[in-house]
Amino acid sequence: MKYMMLVCADEATEVSPEEAEQIGRAADAWVEEMTRRGIRLTGQRLRPVSDATTVSVRGDEVMVADGPFAETKEQIAGYDIIECADLDEAIEVAAKHPVATFGKIEVRPFWVE
Amino acid sequence: MSPDIGEAVAEAFRQEWGRVVAALIGMTGDWDLAEECAQDAFAQAMKTWPRDGVPRRPGAWLTTVARNRALDRIRRGATETARLREAATLSVPSDPGLDADDSGITDDRLRLIFTCCHPALSLEARVALTLRTLAGLTTAEIARAFMVSEETMAKRLVRAKHKIRDAKIPYRVPPAHLLPDRTAGVLGVLYLLFNEGYSASVGADLVRQGLCAEAIRLARALSQLMPDEPEAQGLLALMFFHDARRATRTDGAGDLVRLEDQDRSRWDRGEIEEGTSVLDAALRRGRPGAYQVQAAIAACHATAADVADTDWAEIAALYGELVRLVPSPVVELNRAVAVAMADGLEAGLALVRALEESGTLSDYHLLPATRADLLLRLGRRDEAAAGFAEALDLAATDAERRFLTRRLAEATAPD
Repeated sequence: MKYMMLVCADEATEVSPEEAEQIGRAADAWVEEMTRRGIRLTGQRLRPVSDATTVSVRGDEVMVADGPFAETKEQIAGYDIIECADLDEAIEVAAKHPVATFGKIEVRPFWVE
Repeated sequence: MSPDIGEAVAEAFRQEWGRVVAALIGMTGDWDLAEECAQDAFAQAMKTWPRDGVPRRPGAWLTTVARNRALDRIRRGATETARLREAATLSVPSDPGLDADDSGITDDRLRLIFTCCHPALSLEARVALTLRTLAGLTTAEIARAFMVSEETMAKRLVRAKHKIRDAKIPYRVPPAHLLPDRTAGVLGVLYLLFNEGYSASVGADLVRQGLCAEAIRLARALSQLMPDEPEAQGLLALMFFHDARRATRTDGAGDLVRLEDQDRSRWDRGEIEEGTSVLDAALRRGRPGAYQVQAAIAACHATAADVADTDWAEIAALYGELVRLVPSPVVELNRAVAVAMADGLEAGLALVRALEESGTLSDYHLLPATRADLLLRLGRRDEAAAGFAEALDLAATDAERRFLTRRLAEATAPD
């Protein structure tokens, strides 16, 4: 079963360079482990929501807006696509992600016809 | 149909529904199909048991009939998932007429309990699913018990079943590293169920009042399925002790009756004895937990002839243990009451004051009410009256306000 992990954190949180480096190293270790276990298929860190553009089409009009589609306390900072036996394994994998200790991770199963 | 057979089917339904559904989910992976086939099996029992008699092992008979029914439907192509096609290739089960033995049928109820109580489901959904699939309550009954419309409850159940399927919540007993957490979650759901029934007023819907009995039935099944888990037994014992006092905890007007004012001759001796033996068995394992300690406290009350006869020193010590296991200011407050009874009112009052200074329970009406109660016992009536008045401002329900108004009147009445 494939799941998408939406890695969310509050962009406003102040992080010292040492902390940022520590989180980076922990994230690298997580990616290494989950790739080796054949769980993580792909993933990517994202630029902050200040770089986001929201697009919608109503009738013939293409509307473009600066910023994310919704104002939320936490923002999507990255994503990972994982392949797991079941939700328990996906929860375990998400719980090991370093951002889970200060942010939140939403685990969503793929839509399968 | 003779009344005996009707009662036998009803009893089989109470005892076996969860087992039949669990076995069918294990076999087909389809929750709706499992429920439908279980229903068919019970309908079949209503037809054939009056003619052929009640089988020696009703549960095995029902599971076999339900399984045959499922195979039948799968072969007819009524359902088409890959899992079901796989199941259809299973060997043909034995003829239910032969009074099948239990041996061929695994008890899947534990898997079902853990799946129903999975933390990825909302607490409301966990409770509803447990009642529907394990206890066999209808959607309408569960809706009535939780005072929502049948439509709302039906949606809640459908949504939960879809999430189990679509997010692939596993149908299994969790592996060892997850087991302690998940077991605590299951016990929490069963205790919540019990408390819903326990808090139901006398005039409440009968299904709602019946939740206590369902919770006890489920806790009993769980403690049999997990004989090495003393907390499951602890919870069962705790339920017995509370349930034994249920009839005496409210008066005719639906007002709460304090433990010290309850008519102890109306406590259910059978339940107290059962609770005691279950708790003793749990404690012998030497792995205490929060439910066992709470049950031990309830046992002290349940087995005392009156308030004076109560072993308050033991209760105070048990609350100390409970604070250590699950730190909580409400438990601290209960400990303060026990200390007041065991070591003197001033000692208890000092603990209440310390709690008040910590500010953690500042909007909890029982904090000033407890202080006021101790002050009244000490004869400090003006301070007691002020405390009851404070509690009145914080009380949330009419029953609580009526109770506190009575206490305030006691404190201000002339000698």
